[in-house]
Amino acid sequence: MTAPVNYLFVSAIIFAIGLAGALVRRNAILVLVGIELMLNAANLNFIAFWRYGPHPEALTGVLFALFSIGVAAAEAAVGLALIIAVHRHFKTTNLDRIDSMRG
Amino acid sequence: MTAFPFLSVLTAVPLIGAITILGLGDRQKSRARIVALLFSLIALALTLILWHWFDSTSGELQFQEWHAWIPSLGAEYRLGIDGLGLVMLLLSALVVTMSIAASRQIRERERLYFSLVLFLEAGLFGTFTALNFFHWFIFWELSLIPAFFLIQLWGGPQRVSAATQFFVYMMVGSVALLLAFLALFHCTGTFDFLRLSQLAREGQLVPDLASNLAWHRFTPDQIALFIFGGVFLGFAVKVPLIPFHTWLPSTYAEAPTGTTMLLTGAMSKMGVYGFLRIVLPIFSPQVRSMLTPLLWLAVFTVVLSAFAALAQKDLKRMFAYSSINHLGYCMLGIFAVASLIGKAAALTTTALTTTQTAALDGVILQMFNHGLTAAALFWFVALLEARSGGLRGLNDFGGLRRVVPIFTGLMGITLFSSLGLPGLNGFIGEFLIFRGAFPLATWAASLSLLGLLVTAIFMLTILQRVFSGPLNERWSSMPDLAVTERLALLSPIALMFALGIFPQLILGVINSTVIRLVQQVRF
Amino acid sequence: MIWIVHNLWLIPAMPVLAAGLSAFARRKNRLFAASIAIGSMSLSLLLSLIAFAEVLRFGNQNGTEQVFNFGWFQVGSEWLKVGWVLDPLTAVMLVMVTFVGLLIFIYSIGYMAHDDNFARFFCFLSLFAAAMLGLVIANSLLLLFMCWEIVGLTSYLLIGFWYQKPSAAAAAKKAFVTTRIGDLAFLLGMVWLYSQAGTLLFYDNGAGCLEHTALVKLITQTTIFGMAASTGIALLIFCGAVGKSGQVPLHVWLPDAMEGPTPVSALIHAATMVAAGVFLVARVYPLMSGHVGLHLPTTSAPALKVVTWVGAITAVFAASIAVAQNDIKRILAYSTVSQLGYMMLGLGVGGVAVGMFHLITHAFFKALLFLGAGSVIHGCHEEQDIRRMGGLRKLMPITFATYAVGMLALCGFPLFFSGFWSKDAILHAASTWTGSRIPFYLAAFGVLLTAFYMTRQVIYVFFGESHRFEKAGTLPHESPTVMTLPLVILAGFSMLLGLIGTPAWTWFSTFLNGQQVRFDLRGFAESGVLAVMLSSTALVVIGIAVGWFLYGNKPAPDPAAPDALERFTPQIFDLLRNGWFVDSLYGATVVRFTAWFSRVCDWLDRRVFNGAIQLISSLTLGASRLSRSTDFFVVNRTFDQSCQEAVLSGRLLSRLQDGRVQSYLRIIGIAFAGFVLFLIWGHHG
Repeated sequence: MTAPVNYLFVSAIIFAIGLAGALVRRNAILVLVGIELMLNAANLNFIAFWRYGPHPEALTGVLFALFSIGVAAAEAAVGLALIIAVHRHFKTTNLDRIDSMRG
Repeated sequence: MTAFPFLSVLTAVPLIGAITILGLGDRQKSRARIVALLFSLIALALTLILWHWFDSTSGELQFQEWHAWIPSLGAEYRLGIDGLGLVMLLLSALVVTMSIAASRQIRERERLYFSLVLFLEAGLFGTFTALNFFHWFIFWELSLIPAFFLIQLWGGPQRVSAATQFFVYMMVGSVALLLAFLALFHCTGTFDFLRLSQLAREGQLVPDLASNLAWHRFTPDQIALFIFGGVFLGFAVKVPLIPFHTWLPSTYAEAPTGTTMLLTGAMSKMGVYGFLRIVLPIFSPQVRSMLTPLLWLAVFTVVLSAFAALAQKDLKRMFAYSSINHLGYCMLGIFAVASLIGKAAALTTTALTTTQTAALDGVILQMFNHGLTAAALFWFVALLEARSGGLRGLNDFGGLRRVVPIFTGLMGITLFSSLGLPGLNGFIGEFLIFRGAFPLATWAASLSLLGLLVTAIFMLTILQRVFSGPLNERWSSMPDLAVTERLALLSPIALMFALGIFPQLILGVINSTVIRLVQQVRF
Repeated sequence: MIWIVHNLWLIPAMPVLAAGLSAFARRKNRLFAASIAIGSMSLSLLLSLIAFAEVLRFGNQNGTEQVFNFGWFQVGSEWLKVGWVLDPLTAVMLVMVTFVGLLIFIYSIGYMAHDDNFARFFCFLSLFAAAMLGLVIANSLLLLFMCWEIVGLTSYLLIGFWYQKPSAAAAAKKAFVTTRIGDLAFLLGMVWLYSQAGTLLFYDNGAGCLEHTALVKLITQTTIFGMAASTGIALLIFCGAVGKSGQVPLHVWLPDAMEGPTPVSALIHAATMVAAGVFLVARVYPLMSGHVGLHLPTTSAPALKVVTWVGAITAVFAASIAVAQNDIKRILAYSTVSQLGYMMLGLGVGGVAVGMFHLITHAFFKALLFLGAGSVIHGCHEEQDIRRMGGLRKLMPITFATYAVGMLALCGFPLFFSGFWSKDAILHAASTWTGSRIPFYLAAFGVLLTAFYMTRQVIYVFFGESHRFEKAGTLPHESPTVMTLPLVILAGFSMLLGLIGTPAWTWFSTFLNGQQVRFDLRGFAESGVLAVMLSSTALVVIGIAVGWFLYGNKPAPDPAAPDALERFTPQIFDLLRNGWFVDSLYGATVVRFTAWFSRVCDWLDRRVFNGAIQLISSLTLGASRLSRSTDFFVVNRTFDQSCQEAVLSGRLLSRLQDGRVQSYLRIIGIAFAGFVLFLIWGHHG
């Protein structure tokens, strides 16, 4: 088995864990955590594809990952703020209860 | 003759008047009639000036105005009058003035009433001056709407149904007319009456129609006949010809009497005018091909309406039928003129021209006379109603001559004018119509004489039942005509005498026009 | 041009002016109305006499007609001309109308003295006189027709003068309508003539419709039934004369016209207007005879045949009715109809002069009789039934004397009475007529009847005892001088006028024909003249004798008792008293038909025409209702149904959108997985 495949396996597992967390957990914060996991899985992919890709001398993958981490941080901040606001409004962070956008 | 747009100004005068009246404040409400009278008198004065400037030796259109308007629709603003138009303008101005003078009993919503009357006058002026179908039709319809409201808002107990009937009838006619003219426009590309007439004279109209409206299996003549039918219907309803007349008795009876004067005096002339201005110059061959049925219609109109008048018990209905009867003679004259077949072949060209001219002279004279006399008759009914509290039945009165001798005398003169007594205006017109119609359509003219006889019977019956016999005590204190009423009535009655003795007053104006018209018919 | 020809219009203009002025005069202004009417009539008489003198003077020089024509109005390229004509016919009529008219105007002052509408009476009379004079001078059939209609109008107004009486109002209407039947045929004849001849002028220096050129054209042209156009036109015009002159079958209005004041009956319904029909036939005689000039044609003229027969039948028919009437004026009315029949007969068999001569003499003696009857009625306090009179000869001597003169003139009593000469001329002409002898026998029988009914009337009114009035306490009185003076003058003329037309001195006919006259006793020796005279004299004498035998020398019968003749033959008497039931016949047929037909027309209008319209409108309404229900039940329901479907399916789909973030995420995940699977699949497939 070649090197990138191993990384990809790892990242796929992390992604799957994150996805499962995002889908299954009822608590909004844990869903956010799941999402962060999925993002990190993606970052891992970036790095792996960069390192074993055709042009490893250019730092494209690292830059992607750095941006992505920055965005994830911003997202986490916004997401947490939203969750706090939602919590203030609905007095819960259980996502099943929050269905006011139901059609 | 003059660059001044006289005819547009003439049409604008009543419009301005109508708007002025609408703008009167509540305190000047009672002056609405006076203002309306003023504007109608201005219009009358303008028509008299036109008459003065009119060159009666020429049969051509005068005072023409011609502007491009909407070229893509063939709409041009084209005005002009010949003798016929001038006489109609005079008549309209006269009848509107009389009607306003007679509408004293209008006490509610006067402003609206009188401004509608003036709107109607504008419509009449526009119709009688327009030479392009486009705005001619606008004015034609414009006169209809005020009439509808005048009937519906101020009429008698059955006014709503009468107004609706009137309107629906008129609309059916108008729609037929509009469709026919759209077809004409589609095929010839013009709405201009004169150009259409020229096309017809050149024999170009029927082929044009046929090539553009290739309705399957119809021959060109049939298509032309179909278009003619639409135009005919539009005018026949307006005149009206029996059997397109059933709106008339109820409408005339229900409309306020001042409005009835307008309807019979001026609006019914629009139909006859249409026959003279549009049907004869454009559709002469079609009239000729349908001559016998059309003559029968005219004869039916004359005879049936006279007999029907004899059976009426309501003075207004009686005069309504009498109106149909009088216009029936006009139609007789018009249809007879279109006949060039049969008898006419035996006549020389000059004799034929004289005969046709006599008939058309008679028709136009009769139009004017009937407008004047019928309006005056309804005026008398209005005066009678004002005195009797709305009663106007033939048997409601009796012996009135003793209490209202002057009223009796003046109404008697008008009645005799209506039955065609020589020396009064009605006679010469009828004489000329018969003079023209007899050689061209002998049987129709002879049968129509019956109408003259029956007219005499019912006119004299009115004199007998209403004014003669022992006095009905109920009316023993009926007031005779007041001085103002006498003065107002004096002018139409003086005109009746004047036209009876000097028919040249009208004939001189229309003669050249009629000669030209006769030339146009002959193709 | 001679002044009087140029200004002939002044003669009718005078009374028109009088009528106009008195129309505007106040009702109380009696003297004014009467004086201007009489003044204008005197002026007209004066002018007429000047015109007459002028005709006498130029008569033998330059033709018989003097005309003045002018354009009236334009018809196309030509002017319709009217004008007036001065010829012997006009001149004679002018003098007669103005003279008799003047006398009757004067008489009316007395007769109408107590009437409220005195001024209006003179206004109408003046208007009548004007129209009648206009009719006489007209040189255009159109002008003649117009005046003809206006005299009809004044006749209507004057018959209905006492309008408060329903019978008067009805009689006026009947008169107008009946004469209008004839007038319309006249109108038709006129337009026919106009379209054929191109002119309505009688005389126009050779271009008139009675002159040679036009006449030849009219005669040679044949129309329906092979008639010459001139015959057709003449017959139509004659219909007008039938109506106006009360000929059978349009005579019914004239007896009823007696509802008017008596001077009106005298002037309009005896002397002048009813004679207008005769005058008309005389005026258009060339058309009637198909021959230029006023003589009887040598060839037979179909139109004249009709005139003859109508005249002869009317003469006897009306005389027979007069026999059984009891109203003094109705007797005279039927007598007038009968005499008008004689005039027509005279025109038919003897030419214009014969008919016109009787017209002139009749105008005088019949006016006299009517005015006499008016005097009687006035004297007897508005009594008109002859059975309620009697013995008046002592109480009203002047009236009696003049009435007797009139009666003898009417009967045609020999030698001294004008009626004898004029009627004899007719009888003589009839006896020599080539068409048939029957008109002559009819006329002769009419003479007998005339003598009989006049004797009956005079005996009833003037003879016998006057005790009936004594019982009532109101004795009849002689009328004032203003009424008796005209009677005397008319009586004088009734006697003398005959002398202008005796066989020995045929001044009248030669004057009319514009020839020289000479006195020649040999006129009597002409074949049959004396024989006819003797036989007519015998008939008159027999008539009077029978009348005397039946009615005279007996005590005046009770008014309610049956008439002497009635006792004799009640059925016939009843038939005659009801005028052969012509009125009832017309009432049952024409009048009823008109009423029925007018109801039919009304019904047709209300039910059929209006019904058709109602049907169309109901159909339209029905169609619109149908359309509305289609809309409501079919179109709308379908649409609603599909809306329902849409809502349901929407609801189904909206379940997906449950508002839970995780289910959205889930869907994204499934979709992503599906997308990936698809890509992989696609890559391999």
